[in-house]
Amino acid sequence: MTLTVGLTHFLLLGALLFVCGAVCMASKRNAIGILMGVELVLNAATINFVAFARYNPIFQVEGQIFALFVIVLAAAEAAIALAIVLNFYNNHLSVDVDTAEELKG
Amino acid sequence: MTLTDVLFYILAAMTGICALAVVVTQNIVRAAAWLLFTLAGVSGLFFLLGADFVGATQLLVYVGGTLVLVVFGVMLTAQSPFIDMRISAAEWGIALAVGLVLYGILAASLVISNPQGAGALPPPREELADSTLLGQALLGEWQASPQGNMSGLPANVSPHGRLAVSYLLPFEIVSVHLLVVLIGAAYLARAKRRRLVRPTPPPVDGSAHEHPLGVQT
Repeated sequence: MTLTVGLTHFLLLGALLFVCGAVCMASKRNAIGILMGVELVLNAATINFVAFARYNPIFQVEGQIFALFVIVLAAAEAAIALAIVLNFYNNHLSVDVDTAEELKG
Repeated sequence: MTLTDVLFYILAAMTGICALAVVVTQNIVRAAAWLLFTLAGVSGLFFLLGADFVGATQLLVYVGGTLVLVVFGVMLTAQSPFIDMRISAAEWGIALAVGLVLYGILAASLVISNPQGAGALPPPREELADSTLLGQALLGEWQASPQGNMSGLPANVSPHGRLAVSYLLPFEIVSVHLLVVLIGAAYLARAKRRRLVRPTPPPVDGSAHEHPLGVQT
């Protein structure tokens, strides 16, 4: 690893964001905190796509197109997840995921 | 170190530190603020990589739209027990250990494998500076993958003889998907008739089970 910025640096940053998102999803009890973890993971994937689009001429368009799809689908996912969370809050007056246990066997 | 390197390290430090702060902080409002800086740093990295359109889209859709949705969700549910939801120290230790191990594995595999093209930042391609190529690839006017041969088509056919491999169908699917999400979100989060909330009468006998907040379940 040199100090000059290469593809590895971007991939390391993407890995950091991915791990942050995964730990956030696993350790938060607030449902909206879990949603933030999902956003971090999706951003990590987007960084990887755009970095490959720049460093690898084969993916020069594919990387950016997939990044755009990821951004659009993340917006849709956030809208639906927030609708579900607000619905749960209306019914149970709580956003603690530990209280969502009605379907537990 | 060139200017690009300095800019990368500044942006990467901002993004990484803010992402760590999203995980570490227990206050959900502060986590939303840290997430804002993380997303803005990611869009700055896109600009640094020469992906102007993706960076602008990230700013518009993510920072301007998705994050506002998340902040609305935080505000609508911001009651005192849910702002600070702490987990126990043991759970926190397990999460930290798992995260460190996962990052160690990912980073070690990256550094060991040393992926192709890990040299200096290549010069930006002029044709990617504007979004014309992206639009053409989405609409099928441009052969999307001429060098990659990822499309399953034989590589020895001349580009003019090929079918145009484009992203028109995924584009349409995403459009319909957004429409479905619009309807679904409006249906899920619509204002329902409120459940009966009556002032709790004093219990006549101890057998009647009342919800502590007066909601009839």
